[in-house]
Amino acid sequence: MDFRVGDEQRELAEGIRALVAGRLPIGHLRAQEGAERTIGADDWAALGETGVFALTLPEPAGTGLGLADAAVVFEELGRALIPGPLVGTFLAAALDLVPGAAEGRVMVDACTSGGPPWLVEHLTSLDALLFLPAHGIGGGRSLLTTVRDAPTARRVAAPLDPLTPLWSLTALPAGRPLDDPDGRFFRDGAILSAALQVGHATETLELAVAYAKERHQFGKPIGSFQAVKHLCADMLVRAEVARAAVHAAACLADAPDVLAAESAAAGMTAFARMQRAAAGAKLLADEAAVTNARTAIQVHGGMGYTWEVPLHLHLKRAHLLATTFGTRADLSSLVASLVRAA
Amino acid sequence: MDLRDTASERAFRDELRQWLAAVLPDVGPPPPHDDWPARRAYDLRWQRTLFDGGYAGVDWPAEGGGRGASPFEQLIFKEECERAGAPYVGVGFVGLLHAGPTIIAEGTTVQKERYLPAILRGDDVWCQGFSEPDAGSDLASLRTRAVRDGDDYVVTGSKIWTSHAEVADFCELLVRTGDEDRPGNRGISWLIMPMDSTGIEIRPLRTIEGTTEFAQLFLNEVRVPVANRVGEENDGWRVTMVTLSFERGTAFVGELLEAMRLLGELDATARRFDLFAHDRSLQHRLGHLQAAFDALWALTKRNVSEAAQTGVPGIGGSVFKLSFSEHAQKLGDLAMEMLDRAALCADPLDRHGTPLGNAEQVHNWFKSINLTIAAGTSQVQRNIVAERILGLPRSR
Repeated sequence: MDFRVGDEQRELAEGIRALVAGRLPIGHLRAQEGAERTIGADDWAALGETGVFALTLPEPAGTGLGLADAAVVFEELGRALIPGPLVGTFLAAALDLVPGAAEGRVMVDACTSGGPPWLVEHLTSLDALLFLPAHGIGGGRSLLTTVRDAPTARRVAAPLDPLTPLWSLTALPAGRPLDDPDGRFFRDGAILSAALQVGHATETLELAVAYAKERHQFGKPIGSFQAVKHLCADMLVRAEVARAAVHAAACLADAPDVLAAESAAAGMTAFARMQRAAAGAKLLADEAAVTNARTAIQVHGGMGYTWEVPLHLHLKRAHLLATTFGTRADLSSLVASLVRAA
Repeated sequence: MDLRDTASERAFRDELRQWLAAVLPDVGPPPPHDDWPARRAYDLRWQRTLFDGGYAGVDWPAEGGGRGASPFEQLIFKEECERAGAPYVGVGFVGLLHAGPTIIAEGTTVQKERYLPAILRGDDVWCQGFSEPDAGSDLASLRTRAVRDGDDYVVTGSKIWTSHAEVADFCELLVRTGDEDRPGNRGISWLIMPMDSTGIEIRPLRTIEGTTEFAQLFLNEVRVPVANRVGEENDGWRVTMVTLSFERGTAFVGELLEAMRLLGELDATARRFDLFAHDRSLQHRLGHLQAAFDALWALTKRNVSEAAQTGVPGIGGSVFKLSFSEHAQKLGDLAMEMLDRAALCADPLDRHGTPLGNAEQVHNWFKSINLTIAAGTSQVQRNIVAERILGLPRSR
């Protein structure tokens, strides 16, 4: 067994990091704060060309990689605050629901909110929308629909995340019902949302540590004070524990034989064991992302409370992601329902 | 990145499983926590069984008489032993995990021949004389003095938190041999002290659980032969550090798997008596703990992967311990709350003929309180993480 992040995965991550640093740097993204469209079609297509949405599709359409590789990539996208319906478009490509999703020619969002009203992200940029009821944790009727001109849609004037425009829908458009016999929507959606969250948790940790080294008070870097050090240490612990959980869930998804052995040892079905891994990873990653963003703001003091410092963007995105593919209550109940006495 | 056993790891696991299934039926239940002579006999009998089965010192290198297992085989060994309900290492802990590996790395040929086989066979029990009343987290400030007198050191001072002292044959002892006016990590030596030496007084310490898990040692001019020194004089700090990384990412694995088992039993109790209907937050807390323990199991595999590839465990161990100790305490608190008034007594109780498991859960709650203190307090662990991983400036 070698559960380390492999060299090829590291290279993959570095490639994505270089792409987004060159094409979608934070200053470029922030120029779109509050806009109706926060990521351009050409940028979306550039992500598609890199294979971001088609990682797990077999060649030649995709790159034939696993969900663990996708998790490594999505972590980078989270770190860089890349906006747009990343997870929905990935699902549309991976499950072959909407032509063009794999190449980033279309945008597909996965709406997991209950309604009415339904709050839909990036609505006027979308080519299709996946409605996944019950916060996306499975159950209920999933729908694939087009909503670009949904008559009941009203743009939200003040969305929480300035880089994620929202629309409120009072009625659901008609759509095509979708089957999800293997629970792939929740499995992939939760794992990749969790990977984005690990990215947020890591980026806010690094911003806090950098600030703690450079900011001086009482003649010393504030990072030399144990009270500040311990905040930073706890951020690292949360990020590392969540990352291990996300990678383990992705590895189980990629290896049916390992999942079979694990579920036999736990005395449960492979489906249940997979759900427990995905839900647990999402739960811990949500917590790490939100808590680390809050802690980074605390370490930055008054500067952390300003619009200028980008920490609030990570905090807001983390909150947004924590409402998709299971809330804390959904996920902790789901995991609790899958505990087995040894 | 994968979670798949290699062919040789699978073979090791299968063979171990078969062996455990064959020998465990003859192993009786453990004696009471407080009966030290019985615990010594029980733990050493198990060690002898391991020795006869070829599993003694599974993590020791072959040149020390061990099996020279890879880090993953060590992990599999701990996992399968816990799953099968095998006895814990118990009184063998210090000998197998600290003193033995130190002697393998730094001891003379004579020392190796004298001490190592007896540890592996389950003949000798070791205890640890490191901490002192005034040297805890700041171990390098220790003051127990060893003065050369001919072929002996004459040792005077006090050691504390010494587990199994009452039943130990030898003590791995850190003493100050260097300049008294220059405390610190230079000037420390590592000695083997026979516990039947004249001048050792053992005073058991009573824990908050009311049991005697460890003792304080008072050393009054105890004569220890110079030949019992491991490593050079005044080089004992380095000698000690050599073995601190011995567990290679598998420290607390037994405790983690045990915590998962206790969580499963708590869940079964909650379902049987419909406790979640009364309070949904209990279910949320239980689910969160299962998620955390699953994650920590994954983190263990990551740390062991690191150790397997690089030979050293890195400092993932501090990250693991910080998170595990905190969650183990949450498990203890949840158990106490769910047990309600059954938590008020350590006698096993049942309800409508169903055992509540209260005795074990309460015992675990007590043990969990010590997890953020023993083997490096959480505050010291946070300093280590902040300074060595994150590169924040040292504050001491």
